[in-house]
Amino acid sequence: MANDISVGKAAPGCKKVDPILVADNVTRQFGGLTAVNVDHLEIPRGMITALIGPNGAGKTTLFNLLTGFDKPTTGSWNFEGKDLAGVPSYKVARLGMVRTFQLTKALSMLTVMENMRLGAQNQPGEGFFAALIRPLWSSFEAKITTRAEDLLKRFKLDAKQDDFAAALSGGQRKLLEMARALMSEPKLVMLDEPMAGVNPALTQSLLEHIKDLKKNGTTVLFVEHDMHMVRHISDWVVVMAEGKIVAEGPPAIVMKDQAVIDAYLGAHADTDLGTVAIKVVKEKK
Amino acid sequence: MDWSLVIGNAAAELISPTTAAYALAAVGLAVHFGYTGLLNFGQAAFMAIGAYGFAVSVLYFGLPFWGAVLASLLASVVFALILGIPTLRLRSDYLAIVTIASAEILRYIVSTTSLASVTGGAGGLSAFAGEFYAMNPFAEGTYLFWPFDVTAKDLWVRVVGWSIVALATLLVFALMRSPWGRVVKGIREDEDAVRSLGKNVYSYKMQSLVFGGALGTLAGIIFILPRSVQPGNYGTGLTFFIWTVMLLGGAATILGPVVGSMVFWVLLSLTDGLLQGLVNQGVITFLTTDQIGPVRFILIGLGLMALVVFRPQGIFGNKKELQFNG
Amino acid sequence: MAAKTPVVHAKDLHAGYLPGINILNGCSLTAYEGDLIGIIGPNGAGKSTLLKAIFGQVNVREGQVLLKGEDITNLKANKLVTKGVAFVPQTNNVFPSLTIEENLEMGVFQTPKRFNERFEFVTSIFPDLGKRRSQRAGSLSGGERQMVAMGRALMIDPSVLLLDEPSAGLSPVRQDEAFLRVKEVNQAGVTVIMVEQNARRCLQICDRAYVLDQGKDAHTGTGRELLNDPKMIELYLGNLADLK
Repeated sequence: MANDISVGKAAPGCKKVDPILVADNVTRQFGGLTAVNVDHLEIPRGMITALIGPNGAGKTTLFNLLTGFDKPTTGSWNFEGKDLAGVPSYKVARLGMVRTFQLTKALSMLTVMENMRLGAQNQPGEGFFAALIRPLWSSFEAKITTRAEDLLKRFKLDAKQDDFAAALSGGQRKLLEMARALMSEPKLVMLDEPMAGVNPALTQSLLEHIKDLKKNGTTVLFVEHDMHMVRHISDWVVVMAEGKIVAEGPPAIVMKDQAVIDAYLGAHADTDLGTVAIKVVKEKK
Repeated sequence: MDWSLVIGNAAAELISPTTAAYALAAVGLAVHFGYTGLLNFGQAAFMAIGAYGFAVSVLYFGLPFWGAVLASLLASVVFALILGIPTLRLRSDYLAIVTIASAEILRYIVSTTSLASVTGGAGGLSAFAGEFYAMNPFAEGTYLFWPFDVTAKDLWVRVVGWSIVALATLLVFALMRSPWGRVVKGIREDEDAVRSLGKNVYSYKMQSLVFGGALGTLAGIIFILPRSVQPGNYGTGLTFFIWTVMLLGGAATILGPVVGSMVFWVLLSLTDGLLQGLVNQGVITFLTTDQIGPVRFILIGLGLMALVVFRPQGIFGNKKELQFNG
Repeated sequence: MAAKTPVVHAKDLHAGYLPGINILNGCSLTAYEGDLIGIIGPNGAGKSTLLKAIFGQVNVREGQVLLKGEDITNLKANKLVTKGVAFVPQTNNVFPSLTIEENLEMGVFQTPKRFNERFEFVTSIFPDLGKRRSQRAGSLSGGERQMVAMGRALMIDPSVLLLDEPSAGLSPVRQDEAFLRVKEVNQAGVTVIMVEQNARRCLQICDRAYVLDQGKDAHTGTGRELLNDPKMIELYLGNLADLK
């Protein structure tokens, strides 16, 4: 089916009209196990792409490879035309590709506000000698503090800004990590299960915020298991299983793909489980 | 038992230059471990670099006072780089191992007879502080008051030593409240989180190692100004005393290293005075006077263990901020 | 309904992990025999803490937990297992180096003579466990391990089965399987109390549910009532599932 995101038909590894990230022949082996085996993957610029698939499919490993947190066995990829293979993770972040982690990494021993300030880049006070001369960095600090306050308000964490991150619940820490990732105004935001553990009512308002990111021209790539969420906001879906990309396309199409349903979505995705017949085994008392 | 002597000696330790040296070395170690999470078990080596760097520069190379200080600091930076380059990209345990080993290597280098013409070998070095004392602005006489009666020389070395401690403490205070300090505290908890925010973690760890090491080196210089350089002083024992001082005060606190050092030395002196008195008076019969020294150090060891078990955050530390896993 | 003794009755619980800080601030729950009870609510509300309070794993400072009328407040877990309370934790819930059969054996190690009888019952609900009995549990996927953990809990013929987020970390198809498994187990006569993050699915299968908020049971009702309650949807469920 034609769409305006891919060049030609939607298929695993298809080219995109305007890709921000292009990856080739990316593999990662752990001993005998091949965790990732992606022939070709292109992420469309300015769109929201969902990466779905069963646990163990290689999604987080792929994230780690693309952002420099893991070394691939083979493969090359470029971001905005820049070759990223072998580039250390902190440089990848500085180039505008920022990620969050599946097991959330909110820094518990810093306050919420300090976490946020840490997310900003190019703060002169982060240099050793400049740090000793407050006037050199105080106005930048004020600027990023304002930006942080704005983001915290949108994520409903503003009341907690002076609390240690340790005092936040699991879901709130996930939100903090996402807000913190946005501090540097990245070009591509990669979110690893951003909504896991977050109250469903809050999830909805956050999805609106992610849609706003798209309006500002930010590209989003996220891993999620909540299909309602995926259907609601993603422009494009990539399905991984056993390290490979098995399907790609607009959400409505991909989620009707029988193979995807069998392996991942389940036949009851839209049914009320209370109505599903189950076999009854009575205890022999 | 002469109580006034026992208490007087103990109180004098509060301002002794050795106390200042230990405090400064502990400030350096606090930068390493308390704030950055680096496991440095070789702070004695940084102090030895200060002590020997200074003495050798003056005696063997004939450098003036400030030249000798600079040379020591330069050697300290080079040493930190040698330690850090291979280990800071690896797990924290590797730095721990390398620092223990390098401290021992350094100690052997300065004790060995083949280099004795430079280092003084087992005999050590002395008479290098002439220029320092020549700068003394205080005229001959006795200063201060009981129990702090000091001569002009004593006063000078104390004023200089404690001024440097105060300066270092202020510097660390300013650093840790700055964005640089924020990055380093983040690194202490989770390096990957900090990398994902675009910070060069390796570079920050190296900066911390160099800075804390430089403080240790300055501490080594203060340490030897009132005495001679003896290789035996720079073994692992010294490293663990500095750790004790730091943990006692609180690993990531500003006043911790200073107060920790004072408490450490006062207690050491008190137990010495007490035990001496009690043994001499026949109250304690199972010890002889020469056993008192080692017994005191057994007590320090037990004290350190108790500290880690019952109050790992030290005197000023915040239990919530405690991070023991590097 | 006649006033029968509930299987589990938690009364006004105040409990917490750190001294002076309570996560539960007056939480109550009642489960009758054969019930499938769901516990849902926002993150940090105390859902897992409530389950752990029933299972003696968190300090209950005020309030009582009664098992068929007997006070079991703050009793240690090993005692509770002998009284018929089974708990399936969210993670680390199987012995990876043991086979499926050995894991199930661990379930009855206090009453080994009952193994064959219980094994037959558990494998009639979960035939896969019988078919793959010699497979090492460590080689199983997350969903399969969860099935083994539940099977092992069932080996003691529990009066009540406590489940901590059985669908956590599972892909949608495996989540659905997990929920249907819980329903099957309940239909076989086991009283179940489950904490869930996936509120929608939980409400679809349970008889009654408690919505926890800030350590209190803020709402309760049948699964159907809560699913369709507009206030619930607004506060806790979100209406993503209804958006097209």
